[in-house]
Amino acid sequence: MQMLTNRSKAVDRHPMTVWEKMYLPAIAKGMSITLSHFFKKKPTINYPEETRPFSPVFRGLHILNRDEEGRENCTACGLCAVACPAEAITMEAAERKEGEEHLYREEKYAAKYEINMLRCIFCGLCEEACPKDAIYLSETFAPSNYKREGFIYGKNDLLIPDPKKEPELYQKAVGERARKK
Amino acid sequence: MIQLAIDLAFVLEKAILIGGIISVSLLVAMYSTWAERKVAGFMQDRLGPNRAGPFGLFQPLADGLKLFMKEEIIPNASNKFLFILGPGLAMMTAMMTSAVIPWGKQIEIFGRTVDLQIADINIGILYIFAVLSMGVYGIMIGGWASNNKFSLLAALRGASQMISYELAMGLSIIALLMLTGSLSLKTIVELQSASGGWWNIVYQPLGFLIFIVCAFAECNRTPFDLPEAENELNFGYHQEYSSMKLGFYLFAEYINMFMSSVLMATLYFGGYDIPFVNDASLIESMGMNMVAVLQGLSLFLKAAFFIFVFMWVRWTIPRFRYDQLMHLGWKVMIPLALINMLITAIVVLIKENGWPF
Repeated sequence: MQMLTNRSKAVDRHPMTVWEKMYLPAIAKGMSITLSHFFKKKPTINYPEETRPFSPVFRGLHILNRDEEGRENCTACGLCAVACPAEAITMEAAERKEGEEHLYREEKYAAKYEINMLRCIFCGLCEEACPKDAIYLSETFAPSNYKREGFIYGKNDLLIPDPKKEPELYQKAVGERARKK
Repeated sequence: MIQLAIDLAFVLEKAILIGGIISVSLLVAMYSTWAERKVAGFMQDRLGPNRAGPFGLFQPLADGLKLFMKEEIIPNASNKFLFILGPGLAMMTAMMTSAVIPWGKQIEIFGRTVDLQIADINIGILYIFAVLSMGVYGIMIGGWASNNKFSLLAALRGASQMISYELAMGLSIIALLMLTGSLSLKTIVELQSASGGWWNIVYQPLGFLIFIVCAFAECNRTPFDLPEAENELNFGYHQEYSSMKLGFYLFAEYINMFMSSVLMATLYFGGYDIPFVNDASLIESMGMNMVAVLQGLSLFLKAAFFIFVFMWVRWTIPRFRYDQLMHLGWKVMIPLALINMLITAIVVLIKENGWPF
């Protein structure tokens, strides 16, 4: 037979010697192997307490951005919804009224903005499509849920905390990656 | 005339001792389950249970609660009385072994000297073997009463395995008895303690090896866990059991493991004798009660080590095939035990009567 690699080994079928028949040396060898594993460092990562470091290009849960004054960037232009290959994004636009200038940056805003996280494929095309830097993908991923409805994320799930009112939460939501930018 | 006066204090003392020992063995069995999973985890490069409490220490409580909450199912086709009797019998025989084991020398409480042993009967080892043989009934009755062919097969396997290995175990013990000349466990321990720290393992290494292998077989632990053989017999003799009845079977296994560990420590490793120290002089310097605590601790540590060995072997050696098991039991263990017995007998005779030629 032609050898494909030189790693193959012939099966050893010689009758067992007395030393091998005693079985105890083999047991001792096996026991020493398991004992050595007993003291080895475990590769386990205790998930909720520790997390694996993410890749710098990791695309996680979406975040709707605000500017420095805490106004929403999104103008409900719908480019993200058009760009979305999975059709996970829906929105409803509304016009900004008098006295709402501190809430929305431009005259038009998204009254309703929903992303279905079960449809989303986390490709990041919405982030690329957005002309207002209003949506980007963060470093976290969607937590589990008991119901399908729970995976439809509305505005209050997606909006980043106000940098003026809750600066600490804002910093946390911005994450490591954005800070480096 | 025979006096039939019952010493109330004596009854109370024994009752407390029995309660204490039973609760200690239950606690040890409980935490053996935790330790088993931890050891298994560590040997397989995992962490084992670590979610329930610090280091997963509440895991046995959670497991116990789960078992209690489970639905109690008694199969229609089963023999209901025997079905319930089975786990009870397994548990009872597992607990009964502890009666003759000396857990320490003596303590003094309220002016009474209390032996740390429930019953110092002069046929201690014989009693243990009698109780161990009864353990077969727990398996056999449970397996038969389930009215399931896999359970019955497993029970038959278990029964024949236990009976086969009991023989070699008994023969290995006989060699030990020739040395000590007593069946009382207390006397055996005291002889080891008195002879300047030379434990029986020094005189009976082969006997100990046979004993430990047979103890594995008696406890139905890997590599001899054929009665449970998950992949061949589904779950073995306790396949039809659920809830705490199943818990009793699993628990009885761990109590058996603890008891045989204690027995190995008692017979071959000096029992409650504290190593490297003369116990008698220690009693004079530290007082009886303090030494008794240390002795109990010493026995406990020895037993804990053997429990670890049980687990270590379980996660190392794969299960035997049934014919290999029988081959090992009848064609290897028994002849070895007989040779060991013969050599011991010759040595003992020469030691007593001098070289005859």
